[in-house]
Amino acid sequence: MAENAVAEAVSEGATLNIDPMKQFEVLPLFGDGPIYWYTPTNVTLWFGIAIAAIVLLMVLATRKRAVVPGRGQSIAEMIYSFVRGMIVDITGEQGVKYFPYIMTLFLLILFTNVLGLLPMSFTVTAQIAVTGVLAMVVFLFVTILGFVLHGPKFLKIFWITEAPMAVRPILAMIEVISYFVRPVSHSIRLAGNMMAGHAVIKVFAGFAAVLAAGTPLGVGLVAPVAAIMAVIGLELLVVVIQAYVFTVLTCVYLNDALHPGH
Amino acid sequence: MASDTLNEIAEVAEVAKAPGMPQLDFSTFPNQIFWLVVAMVVTFFIVSKVILPRIGGVLEERHAVISNYLVQAADFKKQAETAEAEYETALKEARAEAQAIAAETKANILKDLDKSVALADAEIAAKTAESEKAIADIRESAVDDVRDVATTAASDILSALMPSVSDKAAVKKAVTARIKG
Repeated sequence: MAENAVAEAVSEGATLNIDPMKQFEVLPLFGDGPIYWYTPTNVTLWFGIAIAAIVLLMVLATRKRAVVPGRGQSIAEMIYSFVRGMIVDITGEQGVKYFPYIMTLFLLILFTNVLGLLPMSFTVTAQIAVTGVLAMVVFLFVTILGFVLHGPKFLKIFWITEAPMAVRPILAMIEVISYFVRPVSHSIRLAGNMMAGHAVIKVFAGFAAVLAAGTPLGVGLVAPVAAIMAVIGLELLVVVIQAYVFTVLTCVYLNDALHPGH
Repeated sequence: MASDTLNEIAEVAEVAKAPGMPQLDFSTFPNQIFWLVVAMVVTFFIVSKVILPRIGGVLEERHAVISNYLVQAADFKKQAETAEAEYETALKEARAEAQAIAAETKANILKDLDKSVALADAEIAAKTAESEKAIADIRESAVDDVRDVATTAASDILSALMPSVSDKAAVKKAVTARIKG
């Protein structure tokens, strides 16, 4: 009896067949072989598509250099002014020197995030490996820059002079810990947001498939599809905000390196 | 039967375990990191060599064009103000001239009028004099006629009453004296 119930559950599981995590698998583009570091994979493909989209919007749309811009050029200029304004607001004019690096980060994350919303696509920013390296690059760059610009004085960011002398050593410990946790939170925040939204959409898509088959005329499809539409709308907001958050935090860290005296 | 089911469970468990979180499959990390670095380098070159110089240039150019237009607009405004001042001056001058012309014309008309009035007065005086002379002539001739008639009548009466005394000169003298009286 018990065996029959388990068997039934197993066969049911086979028909439900929802695997929301399958979309995050790194697969080779050609063939089925092992993945070496140089193997072209779906990571390569979607980074390529993202770069193509960046070129399309930021280079091809601005090729006329019009004084009165068209639609594409307006968007490109808006992104430019937005990122530049963000750097100036957070770090002051000294931060403009690092505009190309920040812009590279923002464009790459924004475009891979948005492209990840396409059905059947692969979201590179949902990969811990990718966001982890991005966050580590930012962390190392900012830390090295801080020491290069200020030498040992850079350590002042851990020594809160506004606090009473007695609590300063404790605060310094907390500050050091929080400093080294930065790349972790920085990377997990982005990858986690991307992963969660895409997994939810996939789960609803699985429901839709099952309900479409299991109800007359497939009317059961309506509810999950409506849910998918709502989640996609929300996700569009989330992916843009997460690209923004990653960039803003990078600017904040850069500001620490430029002005360590709080 | 039982072993079949157990095998099936084991298979399902295997399938469920294998995907897990594909993000934590460390064997793919070198691959992802390599392609990420490639993508970052490529994007960095596109951003720093093309995108930023181009858009920055466009924005700067637009800024220059707009400030240029603002300078031009200020220039045009000054020109408009100058033109308005000139127009005002011209208008004032024209008004003054118009008033002068009007005054002159009025004076001329008055002069002409005076002349015409004087001429007309002179003509009227001349006509009046002429008429008076005519009246005097008529009166004269009328007196003469009366004298003639009176003289003739007196002579006739005298010759009829006293034929012997027919002195025409005396009669005429007497009649004239009578008329005067």
